[in-house]
Amino acid sequence: MRLTLRIWRQKDANSPGGFVTYVKDHVVPDMSFLEMLDALNREIVERGEEPVAFESDCREGICGSCSLVINGIPHGPGRGKASCQLYMRHFRDGDTITVEPFRAKPFPVLRDLIVDRSAFDRIMQAGGFISVNTGGAPEANTIPVPKQDQEMAMDAAACIGCGACVAACKNASAMLFVAAKVSHLGLLPQGQPERYRRVRNMVAQMDQEGFGGCTNTFECEAVCPKQISVRFIARLNRDYFRATLLEP
Amino acid sequence: MTWFRALFRSTVGLKWLMGTSGLVLSGFVVVHMFGNLQIYLGPDAINAYAESLRKMPLLLWAARIVLLAAFLLHVLSAVRITQLNRAARPTPYELWSPQVTTYAARTMFMGGVILAGFIVYHLAHFTFGLTHPDHFKLHDAKGRHDVYAMVVLGFRQPLVSLSYLLAMVPLLLHLQHGVSSFFQTFGLNHPRYNRIIRALGPIVSLIVFLGNCSIPLAVLAGLIPYPVVGK
Repeated sequence: MRLTLRIWRQKDANSPGGFVTYVKDHVVPDMSFLEMLDALNREIVERGEEPVAFESDCREGICGSCSLVINGIPHGPGRGKASCQLYMRHFRDGDTITVEPFRAKPFPVLRDLIVDRSAFDRIMQAGGFISVNTGGAPEANTIPVPKQDQEMAMDAAACIGCGACVAACKNASAMLFVAAKVSHLGLLPQGQPERYRRVRNMVAQMDQEGFGGCTNTFECEAVCPKQISVRFIARLNRDYFRATLLEP
Repeated sequence: MTWFRALFRSTVGLKWLMGTSGLVLSGFVVVHMFGNLQIYLGPDAINAYAESLRKMPLLLWAARIVLLAAFLLHVLSAVRITQLNRAARPTPYELWSPQVTTYAARTMFMGGVILAGFIVYHLAHFTFGLTHPDHFKLHDAKGRHDVYAMVVLGFRQPLVSLSYLLAMVPLLLHLQHGVSSFFQTFGLNHPRYNRIIRALGPIVSLIVFLGNCSIPLAVLAGLIPYPVVGK
C-alpha cells in the first residue's frame, strides 16, 4: 500500500507546530499503525532528518502509552483498541491519514506526537489510593466481596490511563478516567473509608489541572481502548453529590 | 451556602446546577405546551384556564420566581462551564471526527443563546404585551383577558408565526440532549433503564416540538377561527 501521511511536527513545548506530509510506500496490511510509523522513521533517519517522536511501550494494548489521534479519532477507527493495535488493513491504498497528538490544555505537547500526561498522575496522587498499614498480607477471604461488585470494580480498573477520553471529548474532560479510578476503589470494601474524600479530592484536582466538564456526549466511551462504561461517570456524580452535600 | 459555592466551583457541581435548573425549565416547557393546546378547545376553555391561573396569585408568583431563578441559574452555570470547556482545549484539532457526539450535544450553548433571545421576545409578546398592545388589551364577553384572540391575531401575522416556528428547532435540539442528559448528571445510569433514558430526550422534545408548532400552523391554515361564529 502507498499512503500519504500528514503528521503533526513540533520541536518542543514552546515551538509552534505544523503538519508535514510524508508519502509512505510498501505498507503491509498486517503492520500495526506504530510499526508503520517505525518504518517511516527508518526512512526519515536514512535521509538524515529527525524521526517522528511518538510514545509506545507494550504494543499490546495494555500500557496506555500510545496516544495518537488518527483521522480525527483518538486511537483511530474501530472500537476497543489502542493505537498500537490498529492494523493497516483498516486503511486503503492511496489513503491520506492525518496524525495529531492528543489535544488538551492539561496535556501539553512535548514533541511531535508526544504529550505530557502527568496531570493524570497528580489526579491519582490526590485520591486514587487506599491507606493501609503495611505488614503481613491478611488472609484474602477475611473480607467477603460480592461477585457483582468484584466484576464491576474490575471493569473500572481496566482503565489504562491513556487519556483517549480527554482527547475525544469536545470539552477535553477527564471524567471517564477519574470516574473509573474513583469507582474501582469505591466499589470495594477496602475503598470505603476514603470513599467520599477520594471523589472530592480527585475532582478538585481534575478541575485544577484545567480539564473541561462532562456534557454527557459519551464520546469518551466510544474511543476508550478498554471500553470503560459511562455508567461510572454517573456513579461519580452520585458519590460527588453525596460528598458535597452530606459528608462535609 | 457553602455547598452552593462548592457546587459552583467544580465542573461536576456546575452540571448538577445545570441539570436541576434544566429539569425545572423543561418540566415547565412540557406543562406550558399542554396548557397551550387548550386553544383547540375554543376561546372559553383557554380564557378560563388563563383566568384560573390569575386567580391564584400566590401560586402564580411562586412559579414565576422559581422559573426565573432556574433560568438565571441555568444561564449562569452554562456560561461558566462553557468558559471552562473552551479553555480546556486551546488548540483545536485539524480533523475531529466525533463517533457518537450528536449535533444536539454540540450546539447546546449556541442553541441556549438563541432560546434565551426567543424567551425575551415571547414574554414581550404574550406576557407583557409590548409587541402587539392592541391584541393584548382585548377582553371576551365574560370580561376575561382574551388569550384566545391574542394568540390567534398574533399568529395570523406570518412573520410572528415564522419566528415561533424557527425558535422551536433549537428547543427541539436543546431538549433532545438535555432531557436524557440530566439522568446521567444525577447519577441515574443502569443498563436496565438506559434505553428508556436515552429515548426520553428525543421523545419529549419531539412531543413539545409538534405540539407547539401545531398552534401557529393551525392559525395560519385557518383551523382556529376568530371571531368565533355562533357561540
